[in-house]
Amino acid sequence: MANYSEQEEAIREILPENTVKTLVPHEKVARVVKYAPPRYRNEIARYIVHRNGKCKLCGKCAQLCKYKVHTLKSGYKYFGEPNNHLCIGISCEKTGHYCVANCPQGALELKESSMYKAIGDYRWPADLILATWKMAETGDVPDEAYGYNYQCGNSGGGFDKLRFKFPDKPPVKLSEDQIDTSILLNKRDDGRPKIRIDVPWYGGGMSFGSVSNATQLSKARAATAWNTFTCTGEGGYMERMRPYDEHVITQVATGLFGVREETIQRVPIVEFKYAQGAKPGLGGHLLGDKNTVAVAKMREAVLGISLFSPFPFHSVYSIEDHMKHIDWIKHVNRRALISTKVSTPTDVDMVAVGSYSAGTHIVHIDGGYGGTGAAPDIAKKNIAMPIEYAIGRVHNFLTDEGAREKVTLIASGGIRSAHDIAKAIALGADGVVIGTAELVALGCIRCSRCESGRGCPRGIATTDPELCKKLNIDWGTQRIINLYNAWRKELVRILQRFGMRSVTELRGRSDLLMHLDYTNDVGVKK
Amino acid sequence: MPEKYHIKTKPVPPRMPRIGKYGVVDWREDCARCHNCVKKACVYDRYRQEADYIRNLSNVDALFFDCMGCLSCVQDCTKGLLKMAVNPEYEKLGDSYWTPDIIKTTWLQAETAKIPVSGAGYRGPFSGHGFDSMWTDMSEIVRPTRDGIHGREYISTSVDIGRKLSFLDFQAGRVTKNPHPLVSIPMPLILDMPSGTHTLPQINEIIIQTAVNTDIIAIIEWRNKPVDEKKLEHIAFYLAQDSPAVPKELLKKTRLVEIADSPRVRERIKEIKETHPKIVIAIRVDLTPGGIERAVELAQLKEVEVIHVSADLNGDEIGVQKPRFIKDMIRQIHTTLIEKGRRDEITIIAGGGIALPEHVAKAIICGADLVTVNLPVLIAMECHLCSSCKPGMTCPAKLEKIDFEYGVGRMTNLIAAWHDQLIEVMGAMGMREVRRLRGDVGRAMFFENLEKETFGKLFGTRRSN
Repeated sequence: MANYSEQEEAIREILPENTVKTLVPHEKVARVVKYAPPRYRNEIARYIVHRNGKCKLCGKCAQLCKYKVHTLKSGYKYFGEPNNHLCIGISCEKTGHYCVANCPQGALELKESSMYKAIGDYRWPADLILATWKMAETGDVPDEAYGYNYQCGNSGGGFDKLRFKFPDKPPVKLSEDQIDTSILLNKRDDGRPKIRIDVPWYGGGMSFGSVSNATQLSKARAATAWNTFTCTGEGGYMERMRPYDEHVITQVATGLFGVREETIQRVPIVEFKYAQGAKPGLGGHLLGDKNTVAVAKMREAVLGISLFSPFPFHSVYSIEDHMKHIDWIKHVNRRALISTKVSTPTDVDMVAVGSYSAGTHIVHIDGGYGGTGAAPDIAKKNIAMPIEYAIGRVHNFLTDEGAREKVTLIASGGIRSAHDIAKAIALGADGVVIGTAELVALGCIRCSRCESGRGCPRGIATTDPELCKKLNIDWGTQRIINLYNAWRKELVRILQRFGMRSVTELRGRSDLLMHLDYTNDVGVKK
Repeated sequence: MPEKYHIKTKPVPPRMPRIGKYGVVDWREDCARCHNCVKKACVYDRYRQEADYIRNLSNVDALFFDCMGCLSCVQDCTKGLLKMAVNPEYEKLGDSYWTPDIIKTTWLQAETAKIPVSGAGYRGPFSGHGFDSMWTDMSEIVRPTRDGIHGREYISTSVDIGRKLSFLDFQAGRVTKNPHPLVSIPMPLILDMPSGTHTLPQINEIIIQTAVNTDIIAIIEWRNKPVDEKKLEHIAFYLAQDSPAVPKELLKKTRLVEIADSPRVRERIKEIKETHPKIVIAIRVDLTPGGIERAVELAQLKEVEVIHVSADLNGDEIGVQKPRFIKDMIRQIHTTLIEKGRRDEITIIAGGGIALPEHVAKAIICGADLVTVNLPVLIAMECHLCSSCKPGMTCPAKLEKIDFEYGVGRMTNLIAAWHDQLIEVMGAMGMREVRRLRGDVGRAMFFENLEKETFGKLFGTRRSN
């Protein structure tokens, strides 16, 4: 340890002030659910409870409410602002503890919040955002009384129209600990490590530059706790990630920003990023304002200029070229598994089989509605197919080609909830990659301003030294750990209802799904 | 190396207060006057801007709606006094086809001439009506034709209007056939006449100047009024059935002319060609119930070079209860002409419902050679599409008072932004030429097909809504 301080000094030299402030002890991160309260004073809620001047401070509301909306802190004379986000709203009317009706002074009013209508969109409706926050807060799905639809969005197609056909009674009764949610990432018998992750998902690639190091570290620490992975994206990754190296995937993308032999050798999985679902065929984008001192140093680029990772790899014009790249990485890191991230063109099935034959362990398909730090609006909506179509195609084609059991199929691009994960697996994926959901857990509101100016005003997708301070790593880690826990529980409940002992049994069971817009009569005898 | 097609742009700020999506409502009465006021911490400095804005306000009912919707102030305020709401004015913009989001993005592009870029993923519905029920393809590892970002400067967006020779014949090194006249424009876009419901003073002059600046063509109805002869190269006169004849000396300086469809089409073509043999003549066919058949019928005539099919403003078939959409109608015309062996002899211009740059690419994929627009350039000048532009009604955007430079600047910016976005999607598709994109449905995926191929196999028949 003699040269520990020297090392520390070296880190300080490479990285700017704000990074050092985020230094965290190299400790083991426990997989424990702990309450992680919202980090803002006024959490956004579906309902607003207003206490008007008639209140006589009798305290009946505080006695009645079992959700702790009304609180009187000890030593205080007046009630604090009602905890709106804990209020279950109008459905409380039917219960005996409805504060508005029971207030002797008639001092309480309840109405739907204007913000509930203002936030969210088709893919991430307000319900889903608020429910994800609740999961990140408590580690379980929100209480039914809140009435949140936390299972899907409101986009009118794909996952949002798929439902599971649960049997009336589970065929076998299974307890939670009898159910295995782990998946194997290396299905080839090639002598490389048989890496297994405890949950069928891992964190998506977000580069340092597009998100802050606090975000990256929170993700990495949560991944460590859950024995799964997080991906660094392509902008390199800091020394501070070293304690979590065994749970880090690093990306080799076309710009090769921050890619060095040393970074490739550090990690157990290396991902080739050919395209990103949100902007397929366009390459990476980091607008100039976000190219801060720290980012420029890490990427060995000039401060303040926009950085483009050009599409495509100009050294890859065929599957053979791709194979050459894979061989290169396999030689640089003898223990690494290779993941190939591609988007979803018409021939995504061919691409998947091609990557398999080139020697990849993981085929990662990223659908058109995936997240991004910055992409032209025209690309997000219009290019490449949604992931819901691609999963089945690739799964079937790999099966027909006899390669399905030799490769792990990972889907991403619009996976927002445990139900999306289960649906993706039922359609044929082994597991999924998530991105936006983790950021929502960290308090993202999906305002879509990740790219502008100094970046995210909530300190998630930014490298601005001042804004970065808004996110605390320990809190962020806990929020993601909680979210994972809620998802795993929900996934286990789904498997319980089907009587499945392992999530791998669900793979490709599209017969367990139904689509709300279809007759759903395939295989039914008429 | 020949000169690159480049549209010169400069930012043209809006004249009217911005109609943003979000506004923050502030209940000042209960303010604690704390020293860490969240208003000072706004990352976008909106509160200070609002203060300046209100100080200079001339119109009392114009509120400041430039909030970016991050909710940081709302959530951080010590006393929870701030609330965010969607601006009701914003929701009132446009209609169900020309949505507020379309209008807002058009305004932004007309102001900045830049490609709209944002963070987070796609926010909209899974698929939708019309152009929203198809996706363009992109090229992945196994396709060798892609260009990528560095190839963008090599992507050509120019198109030829007119009849092309199906083959060349040489004798002693010389071409034996005379090529037909062709009009080349550097972008597959023509500015169409403003629709009847949206008429404004000087709109024609602004549109013509925009066509000059962007080197494309504007269709202007010939009404026997004087025009600037220097700009004739960028004007295509539209001759309705009863239009007066265009003076010979004017016509000779134009490259393209458009005539209304009529039983006398052949004679009119002959008359015009006699005056100006090198002119290209387009026939405008309205996509009414018999429109497609008429377009196909006209395409059989040897005199016909260009057909301009035009749906209504929303891209729907005209005068039908259950209209077909422009993309499907273009596909039908395109495939029928291929079957009849006439597709390459005819240029198809399609118009109606082209609201966003992706619609240009998608209409071309469906089989049009190029498209026309009219409403987007009007929206560029801050039109709300409230459809109250009749004498006696007040225009919320005060369009009757627009300045010439402003109008041209905004329209030019919009076209420049569209051009850049067209190149973006073509880059992603791996296409080097917009001419080769025509009818290349292999570069697109259609909702119906994808549903049938994937979900159809799993879940049976799709119920119609």
